[in-house]
Amino acid sequence: MALEITAARADPALLDLPWDTPLEEWPDEILAAYPRGISRHVVRFVKLSGRVLAIKEIKTDIARREYEMLRNLRRLDLPSVEPFAVISGRVSRDGEQLDGALITRHLQYSLPYRALYSQSLRKGTASRLIDALAVLLVRLHLAGFWWGDVSLSNTLFRRDAGAFAAYLVDAETGELRVQLSDGQREHDLDIARVNIAGELMDLEAGGLLQEDRDPVEVSERIMTRYRELWSELTDTEIVDTGERWRVDERIRRLNALGFDVGELAMTTDIDGTSIQIQPKVVDAGHHSRRLLRLTGLDVRENQARRLLNDLDSYRAALGRQADDEENVAFDWLHEIYEPLVRSVPKELARKMEPAEFFHELLEHRWYLAEKLKRDLSLPEVKEDYLANVLPTKPDEKEVVGVDTVEMPVVAWDD
Amino acid sequence: MATVRFDKATRIYPGADSPSVDKLDIDIADGEFLVLVGPSGCGKSTSLRMLAGLEEVNEGKIWIGDRDVTNLSPKDRDVAMVFQNYALYPHMTVADNMGFALKIAGVDKSEIRRRVEEAAKILDLEPYLERKPKALSGGQRQRVAMGRAIVRSPQVFLMDEPLSNLDAKLRVQTRTQIASLQRRLGVTTVYVTHDQVEAMTMGDRIALLKDGILQQVASPREMYDKPANVFVAGFIGSPAMNLLSVPVTQDGAKFGTHRLDIGRDELANAGSKVVVGVRPEDVEVRTDNDGLEIEVDVIEELGADAYVYGSPVSKDIHLEGSDEEGERPFIARVDGRNVPRKGEHIFVFPKPQHIHAFNQETGARLI
Ligand SMILES: Nc1ncnc2c1ncn2[C@@H]1O[C@H](COP(=O)(O)OP(=O)(O)OP(=O)(O)O)[C@@H](O)[C@H]1O
Ligand SMILES: Nc1ncnc2c1ncn2[C@@H]1O[C@H](COP(=O)(O)OP(=O)(O)OP(=O)(O)O)[C@@H](O)[C@H]1O
Ligand SMILES: [Mg+2]
Ligand SMILES: [Mg+2]
Repeated sequence: MALEITAARADPALLDLPWDTPLEEWPDEILAAYPRGISRHVVRFVKLSGRVLAIKEIKTDIARREYEMLRNLRRLDLPSVEPFAVISGRVSRDGEQLDGALITRHLQYSLPYRALYSQSLRKGTASRLIDALAVLLVRLHLAGFWWGDVSLSNTLFRRDAGAFAAYLVDAETGELRVQLSDGQREHDLDIARVNIAGELMDLEAGGLLQEDRDPVEVSERIMTRYRELWSELTDTEIVDTGERWRVDERIRRLNALGFDVGELAMTTDIDGTSIQIQPKVVDAGHHSRRLLRLTGLDVRENQARRLLNDLDSYRAALGRQADDEENVAFDWLHEIYEPLVRSVPKELARKMEPAEFFHELLEHRWYLAEKLKRDLSLPEVKEDYLANVLPTKPDEKEVVGVDTVEMPVVAWDD
Repeated sequence: MATVRFDKATRIYPGADSPSVDKLDIDIADGEFLVLVGPSGCGKSTSLRMLAGLEEVNEGKIWIGDRDVTNLSPKDRDVAMVFQNYALYPHMTVADNMGFALKIAGVDKSEIRRRVEEAAKILDLEPYLERKPKALSGGQRQRVAMGRAIVRSPQVFLMDEPLSNLDAKLRVQTRTQIASLQRRLGVTTVYVTHDQVEAMTMGDRIALLKDGILQQVASPREMYDKPANVFVAGFIGSPAMNLLSVPVTQDGAKFGTHRLDIGRDELANAGSKVVVGVRPEDVEVRTDNDGLEIEVDVIEELGADAYVYGSPVSKDIHLEGSDEEGERPFIARVDGRNVPRKGEHIFVFPKPQHIHAFNQETGARLI
């Protein structure tokens, strides 16, 4: 059997990689040492034609299935890593068949939870990671995706204005349905709960968990957060016919959670005294869509929320409430946002994304204002931040070198 | 310890127009290892989740022991669902890797320790309890994962394709380990797989599902020797049984030039054709023009035996299961010292004691 590459746009440079060698033995020169979560398969990163790729050695049929599944998730606009290629027909130099490989694009600025824990962390990080995972799980479930292996290890996190945004990284066990049953959702939650508890206990055992809260207790949060969000997004609510404002209120609540309501079912009862409302189609990304429309900036949900708030204050400060929102946004972008994020020196730019930097500036302004007891302009804040804070932050574009572990699913001696 | 009973249990997913599991009826004995097997989408996972309490039962009931658990929540059922994917945690000891899920369940420390030690004894992991999983071999790691389930000491174990992502060697090793472990523990187990070889080697009995409908539940031997219908016949066994539709005559069925003695009573309502099945090892191979004429396409040498892959010379005869993807070959196992050549024509028919015959319309077994 000959080496075969399946990809939407195959990069011929892929052929130059040493596919006749087990991934574990690939030479360091071609590898990029990014952190990984716990996994049973061997995963390595390589730089190829200017991008970083994650290569997972796995049986070909499973690789194909996972590749297709990831493509479907992307098509459904769900946050996951981007599939790049499947390699099959690998043969070693002594003619032995080797497992296939799934290649995905490395998610820039993403951090596995274990890498996060090797940095000094703000209190409550575990909870914020779990909150992000709960949002991801709800979104996946709304789209009919049963994950089957929900865990912190199978999730990547990106900073999102002080919180985190979660991305699915391992779709091996997933199944896609038109709609999940409650049982399937509960099953995923049960799996999530146990895995998260295990992962936090592991951090604790390794002395990495600074928080003094019990992992079992923290892991419970996945259930409560998930259920709160699920019910807000899907519950039927009965309101009095005279209280129609509550329909708007429901929509505003969903917006505040970051969701747009694409379709809302409303039915009145027979005597017309009450209305039943139930969101039917909800789309995540309320704020990021709005910001994208206004400014063309494509950022994460909480970052967008933050930026929109600043845009609002800008508008208020200039007394331009009557102006066209688009025009104000254009000016804000060119007068405030872009000059600030562009002024970050190149060597510091790898530390965080522009929108996160802007969020950090807003945070820093608040902090400095408290300290100095006066108002500060953003350029002023920026000088201080660039001089005193940013240099102390780790490089997160492509984080290097932290403890990662593989527990191979292969037989050896016994 | 407990029996398990699916009592006409049915699951219709919201929005689906047909049941995914349709009136499932299975009685599982105390301590039995039952394997649910079938092609993708046949309803294995759904059945298992129904038993676990994770999927609503729309009609029928589910019993564990003499308790009707149909409406009980998962945690009130005393069953343990073994995940498909078991992570091992590098900073935790083997003992903690085995016991941590009990912490979630609120079991106290000394009891956890007791159960972990007991499980370690059974799994030959006692010397390693204080080590980290990194220091273990692949097989030992797999046993730690099993330990995680054992320490819960449930009435029933539920496993959904637990071996699906292991490499071939470890898969075979672990298969045997799970089966022998289950026998030692004597805990009733329902095990899901799509792999019939796995089902045949592990189960006390096998339940084969297709499109949510139970096709047959029987011991591996009986499934193999007396498949209840054409589907079971084609699913169980590797290489698969040869299945051919042949004309019925007054005194039996015609297999090429050979007459098969099937019995008048059995053929009485069968119509003008029956599906005859013969396993590759039950094929009589002749050169004297008696039987169905086959042209040899490929020979697979196995040493003592060889498999002959061929196609019927008559273009009117097709093996069941042939489709746009291609014709299925006729497969015969022959003596390795007496192998026909590629391109040669041979004549074949089923050995008399090993004829399977099925109704052409319904697929049901005739003999
Ligand atoms: N595209 C990617 N971008 C960034 N990191 C990645 C990517 N793909 C994989 N990783 C890292 O590699 C780790 C292992 O990948 P993955 O979970 O797919 O492996 P696995 O062996 O299937 O895991 P499991 O044991 O859960 O089945 C992930 O936790 C993640 O940290
Ligand atoms: N939420 C759902 N809504 C509608 N149909 C579903 C849902 N979940 C599963 N099904 C359908 O129910 C049937 C049985 O699914 P199930 O997952 O139990 O099959 P399985 O035998 O476990 O398959 P596999 O071997 O692929 O895991 C399939 O036809 C599937 O498409
Ligand atoms: Mg993983
Ligand atoms: Mg399944």
